[in-house]
Amino acid sequence: MDEQSYSRTELMICVAARLFEDGTTTFIGTGIPMLAGMLAVKTTAPNLMPIFEFGGMGAIFDKLPTAVGGARTFHKALCATGITDTMETAQRGFIDYGFIGGAQIDPYGNLNSTTIGDHDHPKARLPGSGGGNDVGSLCWMTVAIMQHDKRRFVPQVDFITTPGYLTGPGKREAMGLPPRSGPIYVVSTLALLDFDRLPGGTCRMRLVATHPGVTVEEVVANTGFELIIPVKISENPPPSEVELKLLREEIDPEKLYI
Amino acid sequence: MDVLESGRGELIQPPDLDAFREWNRTQKSRKLIDKLMTEKEAVSRFVFDGCYIGTELYGTVRCPMSLVREVIRQKKKDLRILGQGVLELDLWLAAGLIKKIDLTYIGLEVYGTSAAFRRAVEGGQIETCVEWSNAAITMRLKAAAMGIPFLPIRSMLGTDTLTYSAAKVVEDPFTGMKVCLVPALILDVGLMHVHRADRYGNAQVEGISGFAFEMGRACKRLIISAEEIIPTEEIRQYPDRTMIPYYLVDAVVHAPFGSHPGDMAYVHERDEPGIREWVEASKTAEGARAYLEKYVDNLADHEQYLALVGKERLDRLVAEREKRT
Repeated sequence: MDEQSYSRTELMICVAARLFEDGTTTFIGTGIPMLAGMLAVKTTAPNLMPIFEFGGMGAIFDKLPTAVGGARTFHKALCATGITDTMETAQRGFIDYGFIGGAQIDPYGNLNSTTIGDHDHPKARLPGSGGGNDVGSLCWMTVAIMQHDKRRFVPQVDFITTPGYLTGPGKREAMGLPPRSGPIYVVSTLALLDFDRLPGGTCRMRLVATHPGVTVEEVVANTGFELIIPVKISENPPPSEVELKLLREEIDPEKLYI
Repeated sequence: MDVLESGRGELIQPPDLDAFREWNRTQKSRKLIDKLMTEKEAVSRFVFDGCYIGTELYGTVRCPMSLVREVIRQKKKDLRILGQGVLELDLWLAAGLIKKIDLTYIGLEVYGTSAAFRRAVEGGQIETCVEWSNAAITMRLKAAAMGIPFLPIRSMLGTDTLTYSAAKVVEDPFTGMKVCLVPALILDVGLMHVHRADRYGNAQVEGISGFAFEMGRACKRLIISAEEIIPTEEIRQYPDRTMIPYYLVDAVVHAPFGSHPGDMAYVHERDEPGIREWVEASKTAEGARAYLEKYVDNLADHEQYLALVGKERLDRLVAEREKRT
């Protein structure tokens, strides 16, 4: 499939979808994570247990959910419960992954979806945490899905809505967040990134693989902070015909996102 | 137990648990009283200027929109709100009714950020936005429902969400771990839309429960709107389905399609063009005003609203509903 035949958003969704691990419990946030989750279930993760914060657990994806509490989030589900139950379930360690978005991200994976500029006199008022902070605090592993540019990949987010590694190694635990939890991947419109999080690591963001047709220089030029650039960088496989067909014909035929 | 950190946000509605007990003793009847009334009567009796008010579930999902529109019609002002919302809070923001917000999320989900919210905050109409996470807000309601002053949670720690909240961080005296304490939130008034209720207020919800259980128990006054009013005998047939028992409830309003243009699981699908109409209109203050005139101010009640939307459109939403088969 040549580069012109799919958009960067479609590619981002496909790369994110491949990260869903079959047989896990996964919190799915509003928007792009819903498309990626639905694609994952239809391809590589058929036994995923999707969890939506307002109570939908184990839904069968028929139509793309457009609201985290809408009926599509518990279509033929295994359980329709409430938000305290889903949050408590995450708090006691039962939710493996969380897939979320944000307006800004920093080198430690902290996310901002609250305000641009000063909180009390903001340049732009964004929606707020919603369940974002809880997903980033309580799930074992979180994956952020983001547009990639310098306004979004910033040295310091204007407001830490959702915790990544805060200011570095050990800081999550020091603040009381559950140990061994945190962001593991960022999927952007340009690349797949992870964090240097092995013992002794810096917890900073690292380039893993570029999207087809994207150079390392382009990723660096669109990132507002210094990325860890390993010697070996792979390239993400482009969307397959099957993935694109599912995305365009079954998942988002109304083109709400793609 | 030492306080290690305090959020700098205002505690907009300080909880008084003993006063809440006293209220529940003296102001809430234990008798089965007929509470069926119109939106107009319920809102005029129980919603007041400056009250702290919450809605459940939220904007596009099982939301008490007929009550929300009535609050605008009656121009209840200086509202302090539980800010988990989409369309309902957007309408109140556009109508200029809101003064303070305990915020967790106000946005348009699939349609992005809320222009009405942006105008209200960036323009200085909102006095304060105190930040919380969804878990924090619902645990605040749960604490009130439990009749206790706070609950410890493991969210918000280490973030600006905590810094700009009214939460506190302490070391747990049992385990030594750091926890975030969130204060009980007792609403002056709660608005909730349910699938069915009897005229005394025994109410049942289908599908996900959102935060209905907790909010229903955290209100001084609770107004229920229901798709269907059923005889108490039916409640007694399925008592396991009653999420809100009558003594919590102050008013019961019969509101078929009460959540329109949002959805009502197993009853009707959401009205996508209807939601988009607000998304487009709300992009400018003038557009939002025109929308409010058309769908709220120019109409006397929910019946006229449904007539304006039209039977054909409502029938289509029923046909498209989530089905149990």
